[in-house]
Amino acid sequence: MAKTQYETIIGLETHCQLTTETKIFCGCSTKFGVSPNGNVCPICLGMPGMLPVLNEKVLEYSVKAGLALNCAIAPLSKFDRKQYFYPDLPKNYQISQYDLPIAEHGWLQIELEDGSSKKIGITRLHMEEDAGKLVHAGSDRLSGSSHSLVDYNRAGVPLCEIVSEPDIRSGSEAAAYAQELRRILRYLGVCDGNMQEGSLRCDVNISVRPVGTEKFGTKVEIKNMNSFNAIQRAIDYEIERQVEAYETGEKVIQETRLWEENTQRTISMRTKEGASDYRYFPEPDLVAIAVPDSTLAKYRAELPEFPAAKRQKYRNWGLTGYDAQLIADDRSVAEYFEAAIALGADAKQAFNWIMGDITSYLKEQKLKITDIPLTPTVLAELISLIADQTISSKIAKDILPELLANGGSVKALIKAKNLTVLSGDALESIIDQVIAANPKELEQYRAGKTKLLGFFVGKVMKATNGQAAPQATNQLLNQKLNP
Amino acid sequence: MLSIKEIQKSLVSGDRSAVEITQAHLALIHKLEPQLHSFITVTEEFAIAQAEKIDNQIAAGEPLSLLSGVPIGIKDNMCTQGILTTCGSKMLQNFIPPYESTVTQKLANLGAVMVGKTNLDEFAMGGSSETSAMGGTANPWDVSRVPGGSSGGSAAAVSAGECVVAVGSDTGGSIRQPASFCGIVGIKPTYGLVSRFGLVAFASSLDQVGSFGRSVEDTAILLEAIAGYDPKDSTSIKVDIPKYSELLTPDLTQSLKGKKIGVIKETFGEGLNSEVDAAVRKAIAHLESMGAEIQEISCPRFRYGLPTYYIIATSEASANLARYDGVKYGLRGESAENLLNMYCQTREQGFGAEVKRRIMIGTYVLSAGYYDAYYLKAQKVRTLIKQDFDRAFEHVDILISPTAPTTAFKSGSKAEDPLSMYLLDLMTIPANLAGLPGLSLPCGFDAQGLPIGLQMVGNVLREDTLLQVAYAYEQSSEWHKRSPSIS
Ligand SMILES: [Zn+2]
Repeated sequence: MAKTQYETIIGLETHCQLTTETKIFCGCSTKFGVSPNGNVCPICLGMPGMLPVLNEKVLEYSVKAGLALNCAIAPLSKFDRKQYFYPDLPKNYQISQYDLPIAEHGWLQIELEDGSSKKIGITRLHMEEDAGKLVHAGSDRLSGSSHSLVDYNRAGVPLCEIVSEPDIRSGSEAAAYAQELRRILRYLGVCDGNMQEGSLRCDVNISVRPVGTEKFGTKVEIKNMNSFNAIQRAIDYEIERQVEAYETGEKVIQETRLWEENTQRTISMRTKEGASDYRYFPEPDLVAIAVPDSTLAKYRAELPEFPAAKRQKYRNWGLTGYDAQLIADDRSVAEYFEAAIALGADAKQAFNWIMGDITSYLKEQKLKITDIPLTPTVLAELISLIADQTISSKIAKDILPELLANGGSVKALIKAKNLTVLSGDALESIIDQVIAANPKELEQYRAGKTKLLGFFVGKVMKATNGQAAPQATNQLLNQKLNP
Repeated sequence: MLSIKEIQKSLVSGDRSAVEITQAHLALIHKLEPQLHSFITVTEEFAIAQAEKIDNQIAAGEPLSLLSGVPIGIKDNMCTQGILTTCGSKMLQNFIPPYESTVTQKLANLGAVMVGKTNLDEFAMGGSSETSAMGGTANPWDVSRVPGGSSGGSAAAVSAGECVVAVGSDTGGSIRQPASFCGIVGIKPTYGLVSRFGLVAFASSLDQVGSFGRSVEDTAILLEAIAGYDPKDSTSIKVDIPKYSELLTPDLTQSLKGKKIGVIKETFGEGLNSEVDAAVRKAIAHLESMGAEIQEISCPRFRYGLPTYYIIATSEASANLARYDGVKYGLRGESAENLLNMYCQTREQGFGAEVKRRIMIGTYVLSAGYYDAYYLKAQKVRTLIKQDFDRAFEHVDILISPTAPTTAFKSGSKAEDPLSMYLLDLMTIPANLAGLPGLSLPCGFDAQGLPIGLQMVGNVLREDTLLQVAYAYEQSSEWHKRSPSIS
């Protein structure tokens, strides 16, 4: 009997912390790393008589994210109260969106390793407030701790929850989806996407079923992945675990599991006893939201060109798919690249400089590409001076540290340092001198030991301090050694 | 008993100082409180300090507002910075807000002298002020009876002269019904006219702050002081507030010609006390004699108002009161051994029976499987009730009905029968569901000398019309001139 084939159904729920200055319903700062309860006020503490007022920036960022994900923006949206008791939730309800989210029915295109691409549906995108944080004494959980402290700095920080359709089929697709989502949000500047600090959190819903069956398998939720790699590995582990359970006749139970990084496995966190009843109902303290058409048009006009379009453009410029992906990853890098191209730089050359020496320098110095004096103009000039053989690549590399640190005109710099490439008559006379100074090697060369060409090139380079134009040097040496 | 304008006159003429006026009211409070218990907290020092400021202003020749030096009561569900705000609940019996409600801030800015925080049904849930954890308030007209509720403390204090005017809140009749029971004027304005910032929420989509006075004029002066757009309340309306008190002109008392008044058919009939019925009909005849055009109006969905209200109000209340959990402020069940235990103990000990009943109803109707049958249906009926009003206001300027089906009842007589208590709100609830302004003013007394209230409901933002018709009636009748013998 043929072995049963399984397929995996995966959907992602992503919580993105929006990078607004202030919280979603009050004026408190959203700054990370402030002392506990340093960023709180009566409103985000949910004190008696306090009322929420929607931060307009949160709406703007969410609408823009919705547009970027090809969603329909709701003509009428509202907030709802999601009710459950927990000490990190000051009002014991979370202001969220239930049946009328701000955006729905979108999609995002991911590029797979084999070069093909796939559309992943976006079910919905909604706005909500984050909860606070509990610090437990004597245990890492509430149960078993001697006491617990609450820090409400995070309470009321704006979140945007993005739910995908169950269109994802593997760990690598899930990681590609999450990465592309983060890229888009970063391009928009609405979320910094820092998974370590929790400003981008992905929960995975996953089930497996034998190929050909209609019914979905039991859905398991996985949390606690702090990197794209962890998402991929957690899913791969979970697929294996669930398939094995089906194979051995064990039951997969509906539960939430945690990814354990140190043991590389998922462990059971809690079993869901039926669906939780959050007793949602419309938030009466906030009014319904209808984004005017003029505002929508304005937001649409403010959208940047997104990574997918940039990658396509770069491939048309001759970059490989991989290279295009790499340089389109960060918006400011991509824009830097494009600025250099616009100034006439060759795409492949520009790519090599940016992703090579410049990127290493940025990493080393912990700088952003927009921080350095080596502007796209400087890079374009550098590349054009190499192309017209005014300088050699070696000289270009030599002067790069100075350009990175100070910028300025490349021409002026090579003039000041007298680094122009030597060619023509000046080069020819040096070559003549070199040949004349090494009669023994000349004799051996002419006797057939042509490998000695390298010896002569080296001598010329040495004599010119590396300024000899390499191509011209080769050409002239060939002429003179083989009369 | 002094009116606001009389106080202003004596302050300006130097006849009496603000401190003297305040002290006189505080003296009356001290005399009457053992019997009435209108106040949970008497803010004596605060009041004297505020009055001294007014006297200094007068001495310096600075301009006064109409409310400068006017002793005022504030319902104890309005947050006052640094001053105990209990909501009549054990849960908040030691709660001192670190912030000020927009309404009390406005009043302080205008120089009003807050003499105390008035008693109320716990978290404004009730119609008799008996559910207050601090004990009930007595009706000044007969101390064996209730003052109505939930703003019973405010109504009793104004009626007895402990303060000149008072702030209340009205979710289903909590201003109009006690105004009726205590023989004074009370107005619940259009939803969104007065900021709810700092009003401890009972049912957010129904709660509205309003004013009490012994005259239409005083009530109007207080309303214009507290009304107005507040960016801190998303449901507040952006609209210019008329000077209501300046619209109350003497010519109104001569004629109501051109005013169309609808009598809500469904509010007369079964359950309506015959003396109330007679007094209200007499008032209608009186209005007609002043030239108003009277017509009967049917609002067929009114009878669904009560169940609709008790679904929506309890749903919202169940969420609004979830924050009282012992974690952050207020009461905490101290002997708890774990989190769930702490929640249970805190809420078991902190809330009274009526509050618990409403939280349980609200939690039930919002539960999975019941939401559509209760909450969603109630929202639909709410829309239908609004439509009844919309249709009525195509024909008339204001609607009239009794405020409550009876006069004040004996304390304790309905304690064991919450349903009969709920029925008291039958006539006042529809205005809350539709967000419309409603006013109650005295229109007679029953055989036992207890006041009877006449309710007027206006169209959205037509507080001006309501106050004008009320003023015309008041000035051509004698009811407002009576005061309870206790004072
Ligand atoms: Zn805050």
